Amino acid sequence: MYRETSILNDSSPVSPAGDDGAGNITINVGPQHPATHGVLHLVITLNGETIKKVEPHLGYIHRSIEKMCESLTYRQFIYVTSRMDYLSSHINNHACALCVEKGLQVEVPPRAQVIRVLMDELTRIASHELWWGAMAMDLGAFTPFFHAFRERESINDIMEETCGARLTMNYMVPGGVMQDLHPDFQKRVKEFLHLYKRKIHEYDELITGNIIFQNRMKGIGYLSPEDAISYGCSGPVARGSGVSSDIRKIYPYEIYNKLEFDEVLETAGDSFARYMIRLREMQQSIRIIEQLIDNIPDGDFQAKTKAVLKLPKGEFYQRVETARGELGVYIVSEGGTTPYRIKFRSPGFSNLSVLDHIARGSKLGDLVAMMGTLDLVIPDIDR
Amino acid sequence: MWSFSHIANELHEWLSSIFNPTWTLVIEMVLAGVAVIGLFAALGLVLVLMERRVAAWIQIRLGPNRVGPQGLLQSLADTLKLIVKEGLTPSGADKLLFNVAPFIAMIVAMLLMAPIAFAKDFQLWDMNIGVLYVSAVSSIMVISILMAGWSSNNKYSLMGAMRSGAQIVSYELSAGLSILTIVVLTGSLQVSDIIHAQATGWWIFKGHLPVWIAFVTFIIAVTAETNRAPFDLAEAESELTAGFHTEYSGMKFALFFLAEYINVFIVCAIGATLFLGGWMPFHIGNWTQFNHVMDYIPSSIWFFGKTFFLIFLIMWFRWTFPRLRIDQLLNLEWKYLLPISMINLLLATAMAILGWHF
Amino acid sequence: MLNEELKNKITGLLPTATFEEGGEWLNVIVEPKDWLPFARQLRNDSSLFFDYLFCLTCADWKTHLTMVYHLSSTTHRHNIVIKAKLDRNKPEIETVSHIWRTAEFHEREVYEMFGVHFLNHPDLRLLILPDGWEGKNPLRKDFEDPVNMIKL
Repeated sequence: MYRETSILNDSSPVSPAGDDGAGNITINVGPQHPATHGVLHLVITLNGETIKKVEPHLGYIHRSIEKMCESLTYRQFIYVTSRMDYLSSHINNHACALCVEKGLQVEVPPRAQVIRVLMDELTRIASHELWWGAMAMDLGAFTPFFHAFRERESINDIMEETCGARLTMNYMVPGGVMQDLHPDFQKRVKEFLHLYKRKIHEYDELITGNIIFQNRMKGIGYLSPEDAISYGCSGPVARGSGVSSDIRKIYPYEIYNKLEFDEVLETAGDSFARYMIRLREMQQSIRIIEQLIDNIPDGDFQAKTKAVLKLPKGEFYQRVETARGELGVYIVSEGGTTPYRIKFRSPGFSNLSVLDHIARGSKLGDLVAMMGTLDLVIPDIDR
Repeated sequence: MWSFSHIANELHEWLSSIFNPTWTLVIEMVLAGVAVIGLFAALGLVLVLMERRVAAWIQIRLGPNRVGPQGLLQSLADTLKLIVKEGLTPSGADKLLFNVAPFIAMIVAMLLMAPIAFAKDFQLWDMNIGVLYVSAVSSIMVISILMAGWSSNNKYSLMGAMRSGAQIVSYELSAGLSILTIVVLTGSLQVSDIIHAQATGWWIFKGHLPVWIAFVTFIIAVTAETNRAPFDLAEAESELTAGFHTEYSGMKFALFFLAEYINVFIVCAIGATLFLGGWMPFHIGNWTQFNHVMDYIPSSIWFFGKTFFLIFLIMWFRWTFPRLRIDQLLNLEWKYLLPISMINLLLATAMAILGWHF
Repeated sequence: MLNEELKNKITGLLPTATFEEGGEWLNVIVEPKDWLPFARQLRNDSSLFFDYLFCLTCADWKTHLTMVYHLSSTTHRHNIVIKAKLDRNKPEIETVSHIWRTAEFHEREVYEMFGVHFLNHPDLRLLILPDGWEGKNPLRKDFEDPVNMIKL
């Protein structure tokens, strides 16, 4: 199945009257385009440099994960979800594991809970690091990408030691985590914290304080709190507009209600606010890790569960806070070993829907900056 | 003894002794042409490698280090690759303009070599309107970009070309005005006169505030004129994929690429000539000993040293700053740089008349 | 508001609504024709104020389709699940995309995956599937794709 050619070709002849006779031209950004970080396809109507309309066309990386999960058991389907939002695969796995545990009514051992939260927060930092570098690259600054990767690599090394993988970790299983922590885990995390604290000021010096950067970000892509709620935005996008939406605070799961951390809020609602949210969120994640790293309780890393999991008949919904926002896992069970219907409410899907709303009337260059601050991960949107 | 001017004179005398003056001139022109092309190729290789190494150094990585010793042959390998690649012409393109555009870019870059003084008394053509010639010829550059963008029949290319057109035309004003500042202080448009006027000290030291302002304006304006980050809106990878040269491939793309680097070299050479004394050694007042030592360093080293320092500066910008937006770019020129340059020119004129500089 | 209070309140608003027991949130089953006015009340009633539609999906029960709306309130922090049973052969329901803007994209997804027609939707086109896919709905239980689907 291929897309029909109803979408205008970029190399179709350009006439002074534009494509629609009113001076507007239509260009395709994507599915292969440096700014879309993947295979997002935006059909943009432009008048000169000014954006009239942005229309996303999705599906280039749709793997129908929801349909696949219907034929996978409750142990198997978690691994597929690593491939949704691959930058926070730990948190995806976590959401699925929590949802299955909710159905099984399994009590997760304290050690496993702490490990899970530690891994989540490390993932969150890694994800925000990558976002920071990629967003600066969208704005034409190439250097931050490498600086961000320096820190991200050390997180990946920590993950590799404990989970055996660097990107799609598959570490969370129903009832706990797959294996115990690597003996060096605490040492390595402390080394990372030390490195991170020594280097974090470079981020502000290189990009945040740059006058060109601030001019590109401030007042661009304004999203009002009402619209953020109405469009179903979550995560840093909603919090940038002053909407309190941190699932870790509002509907706490695991041990988040016992931890000390702040929900980061900005009220400006522009691209710069969304940018600052993520930078400050990294600091909060560091705070959480610092509270936990010396207090990992002893005990089991996994609760005793049956080899074949059967969820009772019913519906289970679990929300977690990924690096991009609220991830919902909705399992409809008929009592069998596989889910009858599963739905992933991905944060990127709702955050993408706001793009047309905030981009209209701004310049083409701004669109790239806005997409950067929405932090879109295409496999998360397409699923 | 082995200075460039000495070699050039020897060659001229030798040729004159064999041929009549007309043939001598013809042979010398051919030799100069070959030398310029050779310099082109060498500069292209060196500058591309330099850019990659500077970028790598700024980005805490190694850069090219596989091909040849220390990766020195990397750009040679890249050139080879580009030569053997097919130069596609899109079916909807305006074939003539599409194929001519990269050569125009190249010819402009070559023409600009003429008035540059590479070493003491070593210059292809020391015309009396040298600086004016540079400003005039460099304006042709925009035509090649517009041709490339329009003839590609691609919307990204067209937008890149239009951006570039607006940008180059705007920034030429402040580049021209900052060049005028030096012309006013020197009282001559001839490149050799400008350099000789700096025998007692470079303009950047002698000229006080007006020259400093002119220097900063010049560096900003030429960075914009050569379409380099943070003013690389004509290419703007993350917005327009590759801007005006989206549809180019193989050697035709390489010519644009090379022309960009040669242009960087040329504007930096002009900047070094106008503000940093060209091939003039660094002298401090009447420290005769020190000045004597400085004179021992060959003039070509001085010239290339200063030029490459400016090139490094421009590369540094590229790997540090984010890109401006098109309206911010034009605002910067029309609302800030242009008024500042105009007032600065008045200031420099007043200074020149009253003789306030050293 | 607790589930019990919500239940009483909703019974007052919509007497035909039935409730489904179990689950952590209150499950309300409404008739498709009642849905639009009821949605407006849910969104605008100051004591309910369900302004955040965080999940909109559908499930194929072979005999019928069920639309599932997960709503939450950003001021009161209570959640509710609304379900509407649709005829499997001619599934139609009013759109809520002008009440919760996020529904526009989610409804387009449900439209192509389940074939549910959302009446008065501003832009009901395929979002994820390629052009010319109309008619086959991948997430329905009877969907067959001999090439890409492997029976386990």
